[in-house]
This record gives sequence, C-alpha cells and structure tokens, in this order.
Amino acid sequence: MRTDHHSAYLSPILEKYGENASNLMQILREAQECHGYLHPDAIDFLCEKLGLPRTKIVGVASFYSFFYLEPRGQYRILFSDNITDRMMGSELLLARMCKTLWLEKGKLSEDALVSVDTTSCTGMCDQGPALLVNNFAITHLTEARVDSICALVREQVPLEEWPSELFEVKDNIRRSDILLLEEDFSLRAALRQGPEAILSELKLSNLRGRGGAGFATALKWEACRNAAGSERYVICNADEGEPGTFKDRVLLTLHAKKVFEGMILCGFVIGSKKGMLYLRGEYRYLLGHLEKTLQDMRQAHLLGNAILGDFDFDIEIHMGAGAYICGEESALIESLEGKRGTPRNRPPFPVTNGYLDRPTVVNNVETFCAATLVAAHGGKWYSEIGTQKSSGTKILSVSGDCERPGIYEYPFGVTVREVLQDCRAISPQAVQVSGPSGVMVAQAEFDRKIAFEDIPTAGAFMVFGKERDMFEVARNFVHFFAHESCGFCTPCRVGTALLRNLMDKLHNGHGSAYDFEEIRKLNGILQSMSHCGLGHSACNPVLDSIAKFRPAYEKRMLHHEFTPAFDLDQALQAARQMTGRDDRAAHLAKGEQ
Amino acid sequence: MTETFRLDGTDVPFEAGETILQAALKAGRFIPHLCHHPEFRPHGSCKLCTVKVDGRQAASCTRLATSGMKVESETEELNAERLALTQMLFVEGNHFCPSCEKSGDCQLQATAYHLGMTNAHYDHFFPNRPLDASHPDFLLDFNRCILCSLCVRASRDIDNKNVFGLAGRGMASHLIVNSKSGKLVDTDFSVSDKAAHVCPVGVILRKRQGFFIPIGSRTFDKKTIKEYVDTRLGEED
Ligand SMILES: Cc1cc2nc3c(=O)[nH]c(=O)nc-3n(C[C@H](O)[C@H](O)[C@H](O)COP(=O)(O)O)c2cc1C
Ligand code: SF4
Ligand code: SF4
Ligand code: FES
Ligand code: FES
Repeated sequence: MRTDHHSAYLSPILEKYGENASNLMQILREAQECHGYLHPDAIDFLCEKLGLPRTKIVGVASFYSFFYLEPRGQYRILFSDNITDRMMGSELLLARMCKTLWLEKGKLSEDALVSVDTTSCTGMCDQGPALLVNNFAITHLTEARVDSICALVREQVPLEEWPSELFEVKDNIRRSDILLLEEDFSLRAALRQGPEAILSELKLSNLRGRGGAGFATALKWEACRNAAGSERYVICNADEGEPGTFKDRVLLTLHAKKVFEGMILCGFVIGSKKGMLYLRGEYRYLLGHLEKTLQDMRQAHLLGNAILGDFDFDIEIHMGAGAYICGEESALIESLEGKRGTPRNRPPFPVTNGYLDRPTVVNNVETFCAATLVAAHGGKWYSEIGTQKSSGTKILSVSGDCERPGIYEYPFGVTVREVLQDCRAISPQAVQVSGPSGVMVAQAEFDRKIAFEDIPTAGAFMVFGKERDMFEVARNFVHFFAHESCGFCTPCRVGTALLRNLMDKLHNGHGSAYDFEEIRKLNGILQSMSHCGLGHSACNPVLDSIAKFRPAYEKRMLHHEFTPAFDLDQALQAARQMTGRDDRAAHLAKGEQ
Repeated sequence: MTETFRLDGTDVPFEAGETILQAALKAGRFIPHLCHHPEFRPHGSCKLCTVKVDGRQAASCTRLATSGMKVESETEELNAERLALTQMLFVEGNHFCPSCEKSGDCQLQATAYHLGMTNAHYDHFFPNRPLDASHPDFLLDFNRCILCSLCVRASRDIDNKNVFGLAGRGMASHLIVNSKSGKLVDTDFSVSDKAAHVCPVGVILRKRQGFFIPIGSRTFDKKTIKEYVDTRLGEED
C-alpha cells in the first residue's frame, strides 16, 4: 500500500519531533527531503499522527515557497532572482539551463526529473549569480557551471555525489573590526558577573538591535526579564531575507559559537532555559555545521544542565522554508509554532507574549554577537566606539557594481563614500542601503553616514554603476514585495500586486503622468493601513527612485495622460507562445492597434 | 466610574479588555468593518476599520481601548483610504453584483455604497477560481471570497470542525476545505454549522434558495450597513 511507503519515512521523523504539532515546519521539511514533495497520502498520515486537520497542514505547506504539494522533480532548481543576480546575468543562465534540459521555467520536466524556477534573493549576492538545488546553494554560476549541473541532472547523479566544489561558499571578509577580530570569549567569566551586572553593562553600551528596527537591546532584555510568567524564550533571528543581506550567513559560518554564547547570555539575564535559532531555508547547507557547533558546546558544558550554578540552557535550530515575512519577529514566532507566517496583531509584543504566548526576546544574529563583546569588555568601552547615538560597529554586506564585494565591518558613522572607495565601486550612481525596504542613496548623498541617526541599515549595501537603469532596480524590488506579501491584510496583499502591475505597465512603455499619482496614492494606503513593516515599506524603492532618478521614468512616459494597461499586441503573447511563433506577422504593428 | 475614550470628539465608554470597535459599536457608533463579527475573536485583516489613535493608524477591531485615547474615524482621509481598500477587494475577486445571489444582502456591497463607491478604479485581476458545487446543500463560489476568515473561525471555534482554512500566500491566498479531494462534499460540513451562515459576501451559498427573497426587499434594501450592524448587536443568536 502507498501509505506504508510514506509511514516508513515519516515515522522516524515524527518520533524525532515527538509527534508535536508545533514542530510541523521541521516535520514537513524532513518529509520533503525524503520524498521530494508532500504527497497527499503523507499528509493523511501526518493529520492522523499529529491530530491536525488537513486544512491546517495544507494551509501551512502552501504558505512557504519551499514546500511542494505536487511533484517538482528529483532535482528542484531555483535561481536567485535578486537584482544583483540579474546584473551578473542570471536570466541568460536560467534560459540556458531550461533550454539544455528541455523544459519551461516553473514547470516540471516531461520526464518528471527536474524543475527550474526563480526564488527571492538567496543571500549570495557577493558571489552570484546563485541558485539552490534541493535547497543547497551553488554560487558563482557561469555557462560552464550551468552546463555541468545540467549534465549531473541528466545523468541522474544523486546530489550527495555532486562535486563538492560546486557547493563552496566563500566568506569574502574584506574589513574586520572589533566583532570579526575578536577571538576568545569566556562565557563563564561573563556569566560570573551575574545577570544584573550584565544588564547594566548592556545599558551602558547603548547597543541597539542590528536587524533593522534598532530597538535598545538592554530595554528588550529587561522588559522580558520583568514580564510575568514562568517560562521565557530566547530567539535568534537568522532569517536574513532582505535582498542584498548576507552578513548573518558569514557570522554563522565563522562565529557560530559566539552567536550561541550571546543567546546563552540573554537566557541567563532573562531567566530562560531554551533558545531557538530560526535559520532561513536558503541556508540549509549551514545546518550540519551549526548542529555540530551546538554538540561541541554541549560537550564543553557551555550548554545543558547547570552551566553555571543552577543555570540550565539549551538551543534548538529551526529551519524556515522560503518566506521573507518570517523575518518579521511575530511572523517568525508563528512559524516556530508550526503555523503560517502571518504577523501578529501588536501590541502585545513578544517581550510579554511571544513564543507559546510567553515572554520572549527576539534578536538578530549580529546583536547577539555584539552582546558578547559588551559582556567581555564592558558597556563603556563599547559605547565609545561609533557615534554618540549609534554605538559599536555594523557589518555591511556589499554587492553589486564593485571590484571587492563581501563583508565589511565598520564603526558606525562611516560614510557611504568611504565604503564605496573601500569596495572599489565602479562609477557608482546609487547605493541601495538596507535592501528594498531601505533607502536608495544617490550620488549627491554619498557623504551621508551609516548610523541610526542618518541612514540606518540591517546590512545590505548594493552598488549600482552609472550604466544601470534605476527604474528596473525599483521594479525588481516591487516584484519582490508582491511575491513576499503574506496576504493577510488587504492593503499589502492587493496593494503590492497593483504596484507591481503599475511598474510593469511603465516597463512595457505604457506609462503616463496619471500613474505617478496612482503610485503616490498606493503608497499612502500601504503606509497607513498595512498590518506590518513589509507593507509599510513596499513603496519605498519606487518613491525613492522617482524622487532621485526621475529621468529613468520620463524615458518611459510615452503618453502624457492616461493610458490603459491593456495592450492588444501583448494580449497575443499567449497565442504566440502556444504556436511557437514570434515572427513579424505574429505581431501587430504599432499603427494597427 | 466607567472609563471613556474620545471618538471624533465625543466620549465613548468602554470596559477593560474591549477593543475600540467593540466599544464604539456598543455605543451605536459605526466604524466600517468586514472581517470583524461580534461573536468571534478579532482578526484584523481587512483593515477597513482603521482609525487614527492619537495621530497614528491602527485597526480598531484589534486595538484595545484605553482611557483618554483620542480616536479619529470619520475623516475624509480615512474614508478615502477605506474606499480604496473596498475597491481593492472588488478587483481582487470577480464580483458581478447584478448576477450574485447575495446582492442586497452582501456586506461588501453595502460597505461600498456606504463609502460612496461608484467604480472599481483599479484594473481587475480577473482571477480564475472554479466553483465547488459538489455538496448537496451548498455551493461555494470562491470568486467572491474576501479572505475575512469568518468561516474559518466559525468552523474552528464554534463548530469544532475546521471545515475551512486559508492556504497560499500573498495574492495566491485562497480558501480551502478540509478534504483530500478538496471538495466540500467530502467534508463534514452541514447546514446547521455556524460556518454556513457567517460569510459576509456571496461565497457560501445555500442551494435551491436562489433569489428566494426578491431584490428590493433584501437586508440592505431596507437598512444601511450601520443600521444592520446595530440590529445584529441587539440580536440574541
Ligand atoms: C518584513 C520584515 C522582515 C524582517 N526581516 C528580518 C530579518 O531577516 N532578520 C532580522 O534580524 N530582523 C528582521 N526584521 C526585524 C525583526 O522584526 C525584529 O525587529 C528583529 O529581529 C529584532 O532584533 P534586533 O533588535 O536585534 O534588531 C524584519 C522586519 C520586517 C517588518
Ligand atoms: S459578493 Fe457582494 S460584492 Fe461580491 S458580487 Fe456578490 S453582491 Fe457583489
Ligand atoms: S468564504 Fe466568506 S467568510 Fe469565508 S473567508 Fe471567504 S469571504 Fe470570508
Ligand atoms: S505582509 Fe502580510 S500583513 Fe504585512
Ligand atoms: S474589521 Fe478590523 S481589520 Fe477587518
């Protein structure tokens, strides 16, 4: 019977996760790693064992880009579709692969062996173009590398036997400061100071969160420590989904122990016994290394029971499955609980009502690392680095048009210009700081500073040379938001799709002045009515590029008043595709329309 | 002494734990809303009920009332944005009101009238959403689903059944039913379910009841959405 086949691989997975429905994400991921997709019979089995309705399991699985409810082949290939990948030629490489493998983008090959599609930024922008095969990253794509991947697929070589050099990921550290240089950290010595002392050093340090919002870390820990309730949780946000950001990947590669030690410190301060690291699905290749680090730490008695006195603490790793929204802390918590990643209504905030409705601290990977520095060297020392309002250092992920893309750690207050010089930017006209939801910085602003009081950033620093079309940059970002909107609230779900269609209309040469007014209006609605930060910032790239790169838009304004988005010739595209024709006679001449 | 907050310049009393919308409706003050229903836990997804609380936008169905807060609702700006949200809901689905069984009883349509909507403004998406006519007593016309999740909450929290659920993400979000075939007939859905009677629009429709009440004598032919909400609150269900 078919179900027997599924129960054979599902039973050990269920056992590993204690048949606990809050581990649904991990169970689905491992089930898919065994069978390639989530078979309806497998879902039957899971419903029964986990006591969940089918609506719940299908609802969760269909929310995440990396779960499949239908066959996607033995090899599931996803090209990273960030603007930086495109600038390095990802579109041509994808077309080449589709042609070589005889398949259409987004569709399963006829022999059901392979599928090729795109996915949001995979965090390899300094070594793109990149792709994922069954969620494992391959970087530095070239025609030759694409051809060898195609050969491996055709010969049906099992993924485990693919040459390991294909899967090499570089760290590309270009500038190190206190955080990346620090070698030794004595967790035990830090803990001996006691929770109150650690907290007061943290206050002195003025450390602010590195995930984007810049909330004071000490205040967050203190609020959680003081919140009512017996059990508390520490969560490390390693979702790193903002396109152009890859510094957490490198921290987790080189300084995983320090990240975990920061979580332990936090657990000690707030009185928690359990930490969880939420790792984005795109970093699946790091899982083994992180598990091993945790195992070593348990052996060294840095994790487990009675780490110091009666302080017990352990850490679990949870993997995401392709959903940018799960970087938003309350959506992340929902996902950790085995649900769709929909942001919660706030207030209440996680510090009082977080994981399983209990007091929870959520911090970024880099924030936890920085906390260990404060614990080791004191808050005053830390506060004297950087600027008055932004203490310490910030790690930037530099990519785009420059000779030295990679990781740069600077004290806060560094100017955009200095970073551009260090990375040897190639005639830059703009930098997108902090990703699509951040700011587009134009040449005239290159003396502005990276700091909370000037240009705050979660880390992304994408450089655009003077040849780049900033309209296309903004359009790529708008597609990203529309693709990643969770769909919970009306303004963001429909508004981002409308904005995407407007940008496509302009791209197709049907823009008019009317559309600017529409964009302005959509922005107003998204900013004021959206449920979470994704909707709030979805218009940023468009507004910024209109304000700073107006000619890129003017060029597309063929019409001065209203023009409908409908285009008769465009409408014939489907027919052309079906008949395989693209000759002149299959197109309407401009005048004929 | 009961506590109060100010809504558009006049005081509204509230009890601890009440949301702005709950307190406002109890006091006979209407704030447009679609995903809120007095018998269910707030959801906060349609955003029509957005108000300004001390100058900052918040969904009034999920924000707890606090003493002395200043709430603005009937402003030109907010009503224009609510109108735009309503238009978004119209273009997202396929709403051909004249041929819809729910016309006149539909809260989306009534809200559109209330906000003075005269056209859809945006380009239609024309999604392809097949009907489900498998069930002997009910028809599901997904073309009109506004993803308010009321049927989901009713089935889960009141009927203890989970007949309905939300699936997909972003614009691909959609309603599903609890069966392997994906058909309503293979679920344990029944006429007596609460979920059979909560849909604010024309998705979950009773078969063989088509146009039972003629157009012209339907709910919103006789009263406005505000009056409807008032009476619903007075009703004992
Ligand atoms: C749409 C969205 C995506 C986010 N993605 C991330 C992310 O990938 N990593 C992260 O650390 N914070 C992300 N955040 C911010 C988190 O909500 C949260 O503020 C942060 O993890 C708190 O940690 P910090 O105080 O250390 O910065 C995101 C926020 C939003 C609204
Ligand atoms: S559900 Fe309401 S709005 Fe939609 S078509 Fe029917 S009457 Fe019109
Ligand atoms: S079917 Fe009706 S009640 Fe259910 S989510 Fe859709 S609109 Fe709401
Ligand atoms: S993205 Fe879904 S509510 Fe903000
Ligand atoms: S009624 Fe408040 S968001 Fe829908």
